[in-house]
Amino acid sequence: MLGRLSLSAIPLDVPILVGTFLGVAIVGLAVLGLITYYGKWGYLWKEWFTSVDHKRLAVMYIILALVALFRGFADAIMMRTQLALAYAGNPGYLPPHHYDQIFSAHGTIMIFFLAMAFMTGLFNFVVPLQIGARDVAFPFLNNLSFWMTAIAFILVNVSLFIGEFSQCGWLAYPPLSETQFSPGVGVDYYIWAIQLSGVGTLLTGVNFFVTIVKMRAPGMTWMKMPVFTWTAFCASILIMVSFPVLTVAVALLGLDRYFGMHFFTNDGGGNQMMYLNLIWAWGHPEVYILVIPAFGVFSEVVPAFSQKPLFGYGTMVYATCAIMILSFLVWVHHFFTMGAGPDVNAFFGIATMVISIPTGVKLFNWMFTMYKGRIQFHACMYWAVGFMVTFTIGGMTGVMMAIPGADFVLHNSLFLIAHFHNVIIGGVYFGYICGMNFWFPKVMGFKLNESWGIRAFWFWFVGFYFAFVPLYVVGFQGMTRRLNHYDNPAWHPWLLVAEVGAVLILFGIVCQLTQLYVSIRDRNLPQNRDVTGDPWNARSLEWSTSSPPPVYNFALVPHVHELDAFMHDKENGIDTRRAGGPYEAIHMPKNTAAGFLVGAFSLVLGFAAVWYIWWLAAIGLIGVIGTVIARSANKDIDFYIPAEEVARIENEHSRKLMAQAAE
Amino acid sequence: MSDLHTTSSGESHGSVSSYIIGFVLAVILTVLAFAVVATHSLSPSGTVLAISALALVQVLVHLHYFLHMGGGSEQRWNNICFVFTVGFVAIFIIGTLFIMNNTALHMMSR
Repeated sequence: MLGRLSLSAIPLDVPILVGTFLGVAIVGLAVLGLITYYGKWGYLWKEWFTSVDHKRLAVMYIILALVALFRGFADAIMMRTQLALAYAGNPGYLPPHHYDQIFSAHGTIMIFFLAMAFMTGLFNFVVPLQIGARDVAFPFLNNLSFWMTAIAFILVNVSLFIGEFSQCGWLAYPPLSETQFSPGVGVDYYIWAIQLSGVGTLLTGVNFFVTIVKMRAPGMTWMKMPVFTWTAFCASILIMVSFPVLTVAVALLGLDRYFGMHFFTNDGGGNQMMYLNLIWAWGHPEVYILVIPAFGVFSEVVPAFSQKPLFGYGTMVYATCAIMILSFLVWVHHFFTMGAGPDVNAFFGIATMVISIPTGVKLFNWMFTMYKGRIQFHACMYWAVGFMVTFTIGGMTGVMMAIPGADFVLHNSLFLIAHFHNVIIGGVYFGYICGMNFWFPKVMGFKLNESWGIRAFWFWFVGFYFAFVPLYVVGFQGMTRRLNHYDNPAWHPWLLVAEVGAVLILFGIVCQLTQLYVSIRDRNLPQNRDVTGDPWNARSLEWSTSSPPPVYNFALVPHVHELDAFMHDKENGIDTRRAGGPYEAIHMPKNTAAGFLVGAFSLVLGFAAVWYIWWLAAIGLIGVIGTVIARSANKDIDFYIPAEEVARIENEHSRKLMAQAAE
Repeated sequence: MSDLHTTSSGESHGSVSSYIIGFVLAVILTVLAFAVVATHSLSPSGTVLAISALALVQVLVHLHYFLHMGGGSEQRWNNICFVFTVGFVAIFIIGTLFIMNNTALHMMSR
């Protein structure tokens, strides 16, 4: 009846997990209780969960990403603490079985649910506004994408309290991840979480590709498109090209595990090297999917706070496209040591090094944008400059490891760990947080507190160096990744320093939370409100509408004359909003529960399939198919906002603008 | 939104007759390929050539009648996407053959 699921699956014997469960349960019940007490369920359901508005979905994506950050960081600091303790006679406090789940969950969560969700949140918020569109091309699919990502994250967290998570690292290499060596449910949780969230990611890629190709405002030719939109475009292409490869690779692993097939097993003609080839043909483009939008954020932030146009727009676009193509030509550098000969390794090593050229072009473009600009050292600029320094170091260590000979020494060592955290934290995370500080007033209508933002930056920046430079050192000394215990006295002091770094980063996260709290508390102070919709004197179209934007974004679709369309209009005295109208009724998509329902049934399907509860899996699958059919047959999916309502909202905004100007 | 069979830009998704023509052509090409193999009417190398040629035509028929690709200017994006997809798939397949073949030689795994 319940397949493999029994009471013994609940880890009551692990005090850390029981404590975590109690904490989560108490906080969760408190949140649910508060929502019920204030009677907000209807509001949440009608205005958020079923919303197809890209701005609402963006906020939900970023909240999801921040929750994933807490989970992923909790894993990280537990690992650092284990390695600070587990030296010589001390076994540490995490037994290998638990420790292996923690590093697997840390990688999986940070990439799929922090970074991907944050990136999708930024896409959702910024791209339609930047290109002067009223929504994305497929608003319902957007909502569905969010729910697929959210339920996959829930599935990963369910594994914490029911059963176990994968112990095979974030990419679940076979043969370790095959049934022979991992008979438990951990890898199955991993497979279902990846596949379900993969549906959401792939749909996001398609959605934004079509949105950018089809829905740009009149006059916005390709070379008048803001750089962030360009990066979103390139990342969407990479998603569409590479995520199917991940789906296939993980599906083949699933066939091995569920149906006893032999794609990657030791016996029966399986070839685990093919898994490495497939997973990295996705995995390398994946890290560029993450970092290219971060480059886009800096390309918006640096000009805005230097009060200058971006230096070398054309080279920035071509560099982005070059990185996009090259990122698909380098995947072997993740497995130089697998056994290919010098001709394969040399080709992919050189291709990898070539990527540093367009990336270097970008760095010089940002620096020349700052050169002779009137730089305002806003919190966003701290993240941007911190990124330039940190990412350059990460890029250089990347080129070092692109030398196949050097990689034979550094492969699988903590040097590698230090390298990719250097580019992922210093590039991706700094970029997304920079973007959050930059666009927050547009999303919420008030600015983020700057002092706490700068404090958060310094803790993250210094904490990063304390946490990861020691890993470069111990990597050189030969310490491999994923060690649970060691007895080399030379490593111990460095790992203590790394623990200090992790604590500093913890302070950084606390500062970010404080920043959110203080900003919301002081949101009504006049210096924090963003009445004009253009708090930074910025350049692109999203700043021409009110903050937060009305549900339809633009009452009248803007006409684009130049690159940096809004700055052009401001300099030439053109009213981009064309305030006063005449307005027309606006065609909008209706909210729908279908995305939520497909997500909920998929969660049931995933959970049941992990535990071999086949009748429940059937219910989940039938539910998914039934919901999709019902949604497809529903023709009542759109409505019109009447022209009078548009005029009322727009006049309200004009009145506030005039009141602000009069003060 | 009255007609769900056009895209938001009004582009056609084909008509019943174009689908039927495509279907009939696809069936004919499939039957021909099977017939060539089943009847042994050509030499072995000739058979390979013939079914390869038929497969290529089959691909073109599918692209034209079912994926609605054509030479018109409104088809430019479809065609660019297709070329791009073929390019990426080619990189991936050729790269995989290059890597896995070389690895197999060096690791004596075959």
